[in-house]
Amino acid sequence: MQPFLSLAHISKTYAGVRALEDVSLTVYPGEIHCLVGENGSGKSTLIKIIAGVVQPDAGQIVINGKAMHHLHPIDAIREGIQVIYQDFSLFPNLTVAENIAINHELSRQKRWVNWQEVREIARQAMRKINVQLDLDATVGEIPVADKQLVAICRALLQNAKLIIMDEATTALTEREIRALFEVIHNVQREGVAVLFVSHKLDEVLEIADKALIIRNGRVVLDADARELDRSKLTYYMTGRNIEEAIFEWQGDPNSPPLLQVRHLTSLGSFEDVSFDLHPGEILGVTGLLGSGRTELALALFGAIPIDSGEIVLEGQPVVLRSIQDAVAHGIGYVPEDRLTEGLFLERSISDNILARILDALKGAGRLLDRASMKATTQEWIARLSIKPPHAELPAKSLSGGNQQRVVLAKWLASKPRLLILNGPTMGVDVGSKMELHEIIKQLAREGLGVIIISDDIPELMQTCNRILLMRRGRIVERFERRQITEMDLTQRLVAV
Amino acid sequence: MLVKKLFSKQETLVAITLFGLCLVIGWINPVFWTAGNWFDLARSATVTGIFAIGVLIVLISGGIDVSFTAIAVFAMYTTTVLLKDAQYTGGMWLFFVIAALIGLGLGLINAFFIAQFRLPTLIVTLGTQSMFRGFLLFVIGSKIIRDIPPGMADYSKAFLFTVTDDRGVTVGLHSAVLWLVAVAILAFVILRYTMLGRSIYALGGSREAAERAGFNITRTQVFIYAFVGVLAGIAGMIYGGLNRQANAQDIVGQELDVIAATVLGGASIMGGRGSVIGTLLGVMLVVVMSNSLVLMGIPATWQRVVVGVIIIIGTAVPALRTLRRQRRSVNVEPEMLSPVEGRT
Amino acid sequence: MTSQETARRSDTLWMRLIIRDGNLLRLFIACVLIFVIMTLLRPEVFPTVENFRSMGSQFPEVGILAIAIMIAMLTGGIDLSIVSIANLSGVLAALLIRTVIPADAPDALVVVGLIGAVAVAFAVGALCGLFNGLLIARVNLTPILATLGTMTLYTGITVVITRGNAVFAENRLTFIGNTYLFDLIPIPMLIFAVVVAVFSVILNRTAFGLKLYLIGTNEKAARFSGIDVPRALIGTYVLSGLLSAVVAIIFLGRNNSAKWDFAPSYVLQAILVAVLAGVNPSGGSGRLLGIVLAILALQFVSTGLNMLLLAVSGGQFFKEFAWGALLLIIMVINYFSERRRAKG
Repeated sequence: MQPFLSLAHISKTYAGVRALEDVSLTVYPGEIHCLVGENGSGKSTLIKIIAGVVQPDAGQIVINGKAMHHLHPIDAIREGIQVIYQDFSLFPNLTVAENIAINHELSRQKRWVNWQEVREIARQAMRKINVQLDLDATVGEIPVADKQLVAICRALLQNAKLIIMDEATTALTEREIRALFEVIHNVQREGVAVLFVSHKLDEVLEIADKALIIRNGRVVLDADARELDRSKLTYYMTGRNIEEAIFEWQGDPNSPPLLQVRHLTSLGSFEDVSFDLHPGEILGVTGLLGSGRTELALALFGAIPIDSGEIVLEGQPVVLRSIQDAVAHGIGYVPEDRLTEGLFLERSISDNILARILDALKGAGRLLDRASMKATTQEWIARLSIKPPHAELPAKSLSGGNQQRVVLAKWLASKPRLLILNGPTMGVDVGSKMELHEIIKQLAREGLGVIIISDDIPELMQTCNRILLMRRGRIVERFERRQITEMDLTQRLVAV
Repeated sequence: MLVKKLFSKQETLVAITLFGLCLVIGWINPVFWTAGNWFDLARSATVTGIFAIGVLIVLISGGIDVSFTAIAVFAMYTTTVLLKDAQYTGGMWLFFVIAALIGLGLGLINAFFIAQFRLPTLIVTLGTQSMFRGFLLFVIGSKIIRDIPPGMADYSKAFLFTVTDDRGVTVGLHSAVLWLVAVAILAFVILRYTMLGRSIYALGGSREAAERAGFNITRTQVFIYAFVGVLAGIAGMIYGGLNRQANAQDIVGQELDVIAATVLGGASIMGGRGSVIGTLLGVMLVVVMSNSLVLMGIPATWQRVVVGVIIIIGTAVPALRTLRRQRRSVNVEPEMLSPVEGRT
Repeated sequence: MTSQETARRSDTLWMRLIIRDGNLLRLFIACVLIFVIMTLLRPEVFPTVENFRSMGSQFPEVGILAIAIMIAMLTGGIDLSIVSIANLSGVLAALLIRTVIPADAPDALVVVGLIGAVAVAFAVGALCGLFNGLLIARVNLTPILATLGTMTLYTGITVVITRGNAVFAENRLTFIGNTYLFDLIPIPMLIFAVVVAVFSVILNRTAFGLKLYLIGTNEKAARFSGIDVPRALIGTYVLSGLLSAVVAIIFLGRNNSAKWDFAPSYVLQAILVAVLAGVNPSGGSGRLLGIVLAILALQFVSTGLNMLLLAVSGGQFFKEFAWGALLLIIMVINYFSERRRAKG
């Protein structure tokens, strides 16, 4: 069979920095190919080259047997290459039907809109991959997983032969990922190839026929997915074997707890949630999206209202009506999405670290005390080894892992008693992920109470000493980490 | 489901308010329901309405235009000066053609800065408003022209038809209202049934997505600002005709009021949302309210207070509704929500 | 670093700011250039004490309003109601003076009256600002809409109170408009300097000031960092109202009267100054130094053009054109320099 796409010896250099060197890739029709690599490994450059957005310095691109000398985005689309970007490129103000059909209408160079036809086109596209969505719903108001389906439908309509999905699962829960994989298999049955770009190892192992692993712009492995297992993948991705120590809590379970949550209810989000947390413990809370895990975290942080129940901190009942209340009681929260909820991207590292404690930095005459501002910033840059260690750099210039450290530093600088981490390593590459875990464990050893909200089971298994499982707004199971295996917990998580 | 969707729309809310308001005013003073009063209302709504349609298109595309009033007065005054100097004695149509062309030209200047340099629309139109007005007053003239050409002078009496009421007073519906109807229909068709119109919504929804989808953003923006320029030129000319004079220091200063009426009608100031019907309703609400104070026995000095309160309440109600919706749930699965709001 | 070095560094801090920030540098160059050109063209009138005094009493009003716009813009908002707040507080202050102080009152009483008037103006300004802040922070209205509504509302209240007439205060108040410190510095300019000094401390040295920048950069992250965003926003609009009250006092001192429709064009002028100053309308960045340079540049242009075009009819309108042109030119230059930086 003739390959749909073949790249041979592709190299690309940006302003003296080598992004890709001698990368080759062959994709056959109907094949699910995974492109795996840490952040900054050259994945996105490769996608851009295939999409015609970036021109390679050297190498050959052959599509459908035709050598493409200067691949333009238009050519790529005409040949059937469709990229689904992380943000889906949808129109939040338009309906599902129009979002699906609009590119199709555009490429047919239509001048007039026939709404009957738009709906029919959308319906057909959905039928192809066997999904059902409300055609008249506004895209801005539907769940992320549905948005993704809209994007896939739209790509299929463009006579896609190859769909490139960039980090498609980042915002999806396990169950939604399961549904997405189903759809991808349906796409595959239509004879369409899928290039699945990811850094989540489990997914790669589950869905891929073939995997291409790149590191520092070079191919380190191009293999059949069946030949791979997780440790092998990790080794190839990071260039080292990551053996992470698990966390053991040394404290006394009979000592007075730091936090007691009693029958906490927020109507429509979660109900009757009770648990204890001791100083130095790392408690995991897991569940699917919509299980109430994020809402529980937000309620403990005063961000959403509590209807009944009680929160007791160090023996004192506390009322959390606002984030300010929570903060005043020494509760910190590192949000799920650091770019939109955690960071001030254009501001300096220093401003980011100090954002939480500005009111405490008042010196003479209620003015900010510059000396202590500087000292605090330096202290946390050093303690969390934020790189590069320049307080004046804007946060947007940092890598994902270092950005997450800045967000952590912001909270640690306020000396919290309880720190809630929601998806602490989301979108962080494997190497930094482990280092972040080490930081969190060290904090717990120093006596901080930590709650980690996540559906990344390996992460929970490595960092927590206890894990709560939520479903439909209730805690349904509680485990000591020692009592359960990763496999077991994963199965219970997705069980309905 | 359908009823709920209908009621969640700002358009419906404004329509109900408008209807209720008419009932109340008519109950207080039956003069409200006379033909004469409605002809007056139509006349008052015409210029604002045409401006508002232009503002609507800009708002949908995610922009803001504050220069359209300057374009309007520029086109109106310049046209009057030109045709007066030419001692033109013909009909009003030539005034409209020239004013529209001048509006087109000035609109293209806006489009050039916005599309070519990707500058924020508010900033560009602030700058051009200042330039257009400055140029008009400095180069073309700043005196009020009362001795206008005959074609323009006659226009103020160009009624579609007239009605004589019980007291023997003859009132007429001015033909300018046809412009508003034509502009509204044209804008509706463009926005709803052409790819150009959809590209305006797409641009306002997500510029980046619109670019990736292959929309020609430059063409869309050129169309938007050129179209608004033409509308402003025509509206300015109507304004001059109805007032039987050309005042170069007029019109500018109304832009924020027009934007307010448009937003009241459901157009989002953040872009991507808005409709012609809503805009017309918003304009009517403001016009009816401010024109009917005297009918209700409220001193005319209260007009601005009332309009201000309408704008605040009209925008606060939907804002509070979204706030209440956001305050709960962050990303709760649909089945966990109450059955009414769930998508099943 | 030795203390001497520290001292030298802080001496040249503003110089370093200018050099590091491309927009400030361009503004600075524009200022100097315009000054030099005007001096060369009209050496007998431009670089004179007379002219300095005249310019110094003209720019502070818009300059102070631009600072009000700037702080609102830092948080990603805008305040369109500044001039209407100034007129409302001016009218109430004038009414107070007129009622309390008879025309033949001794000077001492006038001073008391003046203090009372200032207090009234400040109270009204703060109250209006508070209402704006509440609408924006608690009702969640978009700032542009909230202040568009209150702009109309406050103007309306002023109309109702005065029935549309001007309110005259006390002749002796005009000393604000025609007294000069050291025979050189007009009082409005002194007030402007104090305002700049106070706000430079607020913005750069207080937690509140830094919070404004953080909120404007990412409001959600600010909330999640435990910053009381509503409180900071309310504070912002109260400050903006207070600045409007300061302007009200200057208005009153210069004209000896207050009226509902005084200087409506100052709103857009103030926005123009803020944007020219490099304040990002979507929030998070902007410097007071920019405001100072921008208002100076505009003042030099206006005065210079007035002198050059004194004999030309309508010459006073050319500055409006020049202001708009200057804004667009600076924005286009910024565009090219950004693009060059992005490439290099």
